[in-house]
Amino acid sequence: MPVKGQVNFIMLKVNVYVTLKKEILDAQGLVIKKAIKQIGYDNINEVRFGKFIQLEIDDRDKTEEDIKKEIDYLGDKLLSNPNIENYRFEMVRE
Amino acid sequence: MPFDKKPYFGILVFPGTNCETDCFHVLNNILKVRCKYIWHKESHDDDINAIIIPGGFSYGDYLRSGAVARFSPIMSFVREFASKGGLVTGICNGFQILLEENLLPGAMLRNNTLKFICRYSYLKVIDAGNPFTSGYEKGKIISMPIRHNEGNYYIDEKGLIDLKENNQIILKYCNSDGITDASSNPNGSIENIAGICNKKRNVFGLMPHPEACCEKILGSDDGRAVFESMINNII
Repeated sequence: MPVKGQVNFIMLKVNVYVTLKKEILDAQGLVIKKAIKQIGYDNINEVRFGKFIQLEIDDRDKTEEDIKKEIDYLGDKLLSNPNIENYRFEMVRE
Repeated sequence: MPFDKKPYFGILVFPGTNCETDCFHVLNNILKVRCKYIWHKESHDDDINAIIIPGGFSYGDYLRSGAVARFSPIMSFVREFASKGGLVTGICNGFQILLEENLLPGAMLRNNTLKFICRYSYLKVIDAGNPFTSGYEKGKIISMPIRHNEGNYYIDEKGLIDLKENNQIILKYCNSDGITDASSNPNGSIENIAGICNKKRNVFGLMPHPEACCEKILGSDDGRAVFESMINNII
């Protein structure tokens, strides 16, 4: 919401997706796949379970490159554990 | 005084830690050594000469177990303390925090059974040449309670070779005969690993709870030697 007296700006939303690396057995994904089969769908080849994190960023005075660097820093340091997980993100302007 | 020969344990407490009083009881009432709680917001402590990071669910296990606790002010002190050779043991959630902090290699995944496990497990002492299990005989079969949801230890191939070459694997899950195989692996951990130390051998992490089995009246005192070993090896 724009604040009175402040210049209106468009909020940047960043959607971060965290999943287990390919080589790691995804026990939760396997269980979901089994459940889908029980529902009656045989055409689901693989299910990977992951986390979705949405950040709202005030990106005034920052370039897209700056923001990407910030998200990468957070992605490696906190949002994912690089030993077992990968992450990717997309930026959405609303 | 840091590194005073007289043992003085610091037991770290984060929001959600729940095994700190058990550790305090073992150290203070059973083994008669000094200890104190250290709240996670503290950034330093001049008195202690050994650190225990107890089990529990720091920050509700949000995001990943141990991932948020890692950024508490006290953790920079733990890093500094460990780099000077101070003894640090992380139990269960404490182990997970040490992994997230990269003071120990690898990571924890959800148990491959997708179930929370709460029972006794047999363990084999793989290495006794370190300050944490020197009180056990190498190869001894002991029994300790495990209670966790994310105890499925993972490390990549190169890391595993490193662990073996440096004798960093300390404890493995096994059966009553000491066999470490898939049927005696409660959670899917690589090579049945239950406890490891760092290369410098002064930081130790284990999923079982030694503090919960230090008195015969509780069913087992197999955990006692972890604390006794630390006491005997304080620098």
